[in-house]
Amino acid sequence: MTSTAPLRILLFAGVRDAAGCDVANVSVDHPVTAAKVIETVATQIPAAAPLIGVSRLAVDGQYVAADHVIERTDVELALIPPVSGG
Amino acid sequence: MIFIRLVHTAIELSDWSSKIDDPDTGAHAWFAGVTRRKTTTASGAVRITKTLHYQAHESMAETQLRQLAEQAKQRHSLAAVVIVHRLGEVPIGQASVLVGCSSAHRSDAFAALPWMMDRLKADVPIWKRETYMDESTEWIHP
Repeated sequence: MTSTAPLRILLFAGVRDAAGCDVANVSVDHPVTAAKVIETVATQIPAAAPLIGVSRLAVDGQYVAADHVIERTDVELALIPPVSGG
Repeated sequence: MIFIRLVHTAIELSDWSSKIDDPDTGAHAWFAGVTRRKTTTASGAVRITKTLHYQAHESMAETQLRQLAEQAKQRHSLAAVVIVHRLGEVPIGQASVLVGCSSAHRSDAFAALPWMMDRLKADVPIWKRETYMDESTEWIHP
């Protein structure tokens, strides 16, 4: 059984600048995978779609695989574009 | 012992050097990543950086840094690890990151530094934005 629910995704660096805000609010059908969440964010922020396409999703501070299913109880989702610390 | 810090002020080695002291270690090793002025692009052009700015997902970065430090400690038999990363504006020539470790013998401490830096640069959610001399800016997403 599917149901639509909003998700709040933290944005950073080049994606944040392209979006003009630090959070993306998207509506998705549950159950939803990390790959689908990333695809939905890319649709919402087309200016950063190539960068979003090479980004990873983190759930509660840990990277998740593309086929990871997002739970309604997950507290924090973050879109992590390729990193450049150091 | 593991010390992980994200800071917004200059990183001074002297503030951290004693954190890896251990009477059973014979090697202390440090690496400082320093902001560089010149970047050669893939096409061979040279860009001159005026300043750099670092942004992080701070809570996740601290978690990821602690995890990689714990892995390095196990993998390389380290007694202690320090990782300090600066955020915000970092002028040219100043340290953006400091990594230190101690071990009984030098081979472990030597090997641990590149291992930790490679993982930091691959997985820790920190990003740098270059501001070039012509005032143009660019987030670095390798």
